[in-house]
Amino acid sequence: MLREHTTRILLAALAILLGAGPFLPKWAMFMLNVSLSWGTVVLGMMLLMRTGLVSFGQGLYYCLGAYAAGVLYAKLGIGDIAVMLLASATVTVAVSTVLGLLLAKYRDIFFAMLSLAFSMILFGLLVKTSELGSTDGFGLSVTSVAGVPLAEGWDRYAVFASAVVVAFGAALGMQRYLDSHTGRLAGAIRDNELRVEYMGASVRRVIHLNYVISAALAGLGGGLVGITIGHVDPEMAFWTTSGEFVFIAILSGTGNVLAPFLGATIFETVRSFAYEYSPNTWQLVLGITMLLVIMFLPGGLWSVFTRRRAA
Amino acid sequence: MSLILEARRLNKSFGAVTAAADISVGVERDSVVGLIGSNGAGKTTFINMVTGYLAPTSGSIHYGDRDITGMAPREITRLGICRSFQIPQLFDNLSVRENLQVGVGIAARSARAGDHTQGEAGEIDTLIERFNLGGYRDQLAGLLPEGVRKLLDIAMAVAGHPNLLLLDEPTSGVSADEKFRLMDMVMGALKAQGVTVLFVEHDMEIVARYTHRILAFYEGRIIADGEPQAVLRDADVRRHVIGEDLHPGRAEAARG
Amino acid sequence: MNQIPAILIDGIIYSSWLFVIAVGLTLIYGVMKILNVAHGSLYALGAYAATAFGGYWIAHGYPPLGSYGMLVVAAIAVGLTAGPLIERGLLRLVYGKEEVVLVLVTYAVFLILEDLTKLAFGVDPLSIPQPYGLLGSIEVGDLIYPTYSLVLVLLSVVVGVGLAMTLNRTRHGKILQAVIHDREMAAATGIDVNRVYLVTFTIGTALAALGGALTAPTISVQPGIAAEVIVLAFAVVVIGGLGSLGGAALGAVIVGMVRAWAVHKWPEVELFSVYAVMAAVLVMRPKGLFAVPEARKI
Repeated sequence: MLREHTTRILLAALAILLGAGPFLPKWAMFMLNVSLSWGTVVLGMMLLMRTGLVSFGQGLYYCLGAYAAGVLYAKLGIGDIAVMLLASATVTVAVSTVLGLLLAKYRDIFFAMLSLAFSMILFGLLVKTSELGSTDGFGLSVTSVAGVPLAEGWDRYAVFASAVVVAFGAALGMQRYLDSHTGRLAGAIRDNELRVEYMGASVRRVIHLNYVISAALAGLGGGLVGITIGHVDPEMAFWTTSGEFVFIAILSGTGNVLAPFLGATIFETVRSFAYEYSPNTWQLVLGITMLLVIMFLPGGLWSVFTRRRAA
Repeated sequence: MSLILEARRLNKSFGAVTAAADISVGVERDSVVGLIGSNGAGKTTFINMVTGYLAPTSGSIHYGDRDITGMAPREITRLGICRSFQIPQLFDNLSVRENLQVGVGIAARSARAGDHTQGEAGEIDTLIERFNLGGYRDQLAGLLPEGVRKLLDIAMAVAGHPNLLLLDEPTSGVSADEKFRLMDMVMGALKAQGVTVLFVEHDMEIVARYTHRILAFYEGRIIADGEPQAVLRDADVRRHVIGEDLHPGRAEAARG
Repeated sequence: MNQIPAILIDGIIYSSWLFVIAVGLTLIYGVMKILNVAHGSLYALGAYAATAFGGYWIAHGYPPLGSYGMLVVAAIAVGLTAGPLIERGLLRLVYGKEEVVLVLVTYAVFLILEDLTKLAFGVDPLSIPQPYGLLGSIEVGDLIYPTYSLVLVLLSVVVGVGLAMTLNRTRHGKILQAVIHDREMAAATGIDVNRVYLVTFTIGTALAALGGALTAPTISVQPGIAAEVIVLAFAVVVIGGLGSLGGAALGAVIVGMVRAWAVHKWPEVELFSVYAVMAAVLVMRPKGLFAVPEARKI
C-alpha cells in the first residue's frame, strides 16, 4: 500500500500550497479552491462507493452546507469562516443522521434514486423560498477566520488556506479511518453483506456512519464553494450537480484518498477551459471521457498509478 | 444441564410447504452431530432457524439457558454460534489474510470473552496455519480453488470463537479424494478449541466417520436420532435418505 | 369554488403526459435492466424533431391538420435512428456490467446528447404552436381546455392499451415477457435476446420521442428540458415499480394527481411534491408499488 507515501504526499501538499498561496494568481487560487472543495465532496462519495453504494444525491448536503454558511452571513451577520464551516458540518451531520436511518436500508439503484429524490426535494423547497432568493440564491462574504478579523487583501488567502486545511484534514482522516477496523468493513460490506452480519457486525450501522461522514464532507465542500464564489443557489441541489460528483468519483477511482482531489482538479481544469473555448461541447467531452473511463479504466484514473487488483 | 442447544417443538411453514414439523432435539456440549436427509427435508431450514436467518412459525430455540428464538443472526453470532455456508460466503475482492482480518476484528469487538491473548495478527496467523491457508495468504478470495474457498469459509466461522459451530455441507463441491483431508483438518483445528459441532452432510462416509450422533431429517421431521451405525442401518433412513443399502463392505470401512 | 373538477381534469391531462413519457423508460428497464438516464434526451430530440418536421410542413403550406401526423413521424424517425444507434453502437458493448455502471453509461449518453442537440438545433428556444390551437377548445362546466389536451389523453390511453395488448396477446409480446422474467432461460429456449433488446430499445426511444413530439406544441423547446423531464420520469417509474407497465400507469396517475392538487391548493410545494411522493412510496414499498418479487438466490 502507498500508505506512508500518501501521508508524506499529503503533508508536502499542505506545506507547498500554504506556502505558495500568497503568490498564486487569482484565477489559480480560485480553481484550486473549487478543486479542493469538490475533492472533499468526492472523497465522501469514495467512502460510499467503497461501501458498495453510489449516491446520486450528494448535492443535497453540498447545497445544505453552502446555504448554512450563507444564511449565517446573510441572516445573522456572521462572516467567520470557521464558524460558517462548523455550521455546514453541523447541519449536514444532523440531516444525514436522520435521513441515513432510512437510506441505510436501501441498495443499488434504489439507494441512488432515493438519494436523488431527497436532493430534488431540497431543490424544490429552495426554489420556492423567496426569503432565500428562490432561483437566484443570494450572496455571502467573509470577514474573519476563527475570530481573527481578516486584514485588507487577505480574505482570499484565508479562504484558500481554509480549503487547503479542510481538504488535508479530510484526506488524512479518511486514510486513518479506512485503515481502522470499521473502515475495513466498508469493502467487506460491498463484497458480502450477509457474511458481515453472520460474523456479528451490524451492516446498517456501518452504512449509516459512512453515509453521515460522506454527508459532512459534502457539506464542508459546499460551504467552501459558497465562500469561494461568494454566492449560493438552488442549482447546487439539482441532480445534475450530483451527477458531476459521480462523474468525478468514477474518473478518480477509489484506490487512494488523493485520487478524488486529483480527479476534481482535472475535472475543474478541463471544464474551465472547455467552457471558455466551446461552451456547447464540454458536456460532450465529459460524456465521452466517462464512457472511455468506464470501458477501459474501471478502476478510475488512479489505477494507472497502481496495479489495481481486478474488481 | 449440559445441553448447549435445545429446540422445542419447532415448526416452520412457507405457505403450504412444511419445512419443519414439531422438531424437538437437544445437543450436548462438545459433541459432534451430523444432520442428514434428502434435499428439502429440512436440514438447512433447521440451521437457518438456529442461526437466526429464519424465525420459526412456532416453537422455541434455546442456547444454554437463553431463549434465542427469533433473534437476529448478528446477535446470535455474538452469543457464540457461528456457521459456515454451503456456497462459501467470502469477500472476493479481499485477500485471504484480509478476509480473516475482518472476521478476527469483528470477533475481537464482540462482548464475549474469548481467547484474545494473541492479538489480532497472531490470531490470523493461527487460523491460516490451522487451516493450511499459508500458500494462499495474499491471494484474492475470489480467485481461490473451490476446496480452499471452503476452508476459508469455515476458518472465518471459527474466527468468531464459537462455542457452537454449524457447518452447512462442508465437503460439497470438494473432490472425493480431498474430502477426508478437509474434514481431518477442520476437525483437528476444532478439537483444539473445545467446540460443539453440527454439520449437514450428504456423504454418508463422512458422517459415519466424524460424528458421535446423527439426526436424520425427512419432510420436516427427525425420523432417526442416535449413534451413526444405528441410524445408518435404520429402515426408514434407508428408505427416505440413503436410498439404497450401503454395501456391507463399505459399512465396515466407514466404521473406522 | 369547488376546485375538484379542475384538479381532476388537470391531473388526468398531466398524468397522460407523464405516462407517455415514462412508459418507454419502464419498458426498457423491464427488458434490459437498464435505467436509461438518456431517456430525457430522447424526449428532447423528439421535441426538436417535431419542431423541425412540423415547422417544415406548415411553412410549406400543407394542410395544418397534417402537422399532427408530422409529430408522430418525427417521433418514429428519432426512434428508428437514435434507438439502434445507441443500442448497437454503445449499449451492446457494456451489457453484463453492474446495473449502476449501466446507469452511469446512460448518464454519459445524456451528457453527449445534450451537446449534440445543441449543435444540431442551436441554443435558442424553438416553438411550433400551430397544432396546439388548431382544434380549438372544449368546455367542461365553466372550465375551458384546449382540445389538444384531450387528444393527448386519448393517445396515452391508446399507447397504454396497445402496449398491454401487445405484451399479453401477441407472440412478440410473450417473447418480451420471457426475456423480462429470465433472460438466460429465454436465450436457452432459442429466443434471440439481442434482437429483443434492439427492438425494445428502439420502441422505448420512439415512445420517449413521442412524448417530446406531443409536448413540443405546448412549450418552448430549448436546452434543459431533458434534465427536467428525466427526473419526473424516474419518479413515475420508481413509484410504480421498475419494469411494470401497470405500475407506470399508476405512478403517472399518482404523480399527476398530486401535482395537480399542489398547483391548485398549495403552489409552494408543487415542485417537490413529486419527489416527496416518490420518497414516501419508496419508504413504504422499497421497490415500488408493483415490483416483481424476487426469489432468494442463496
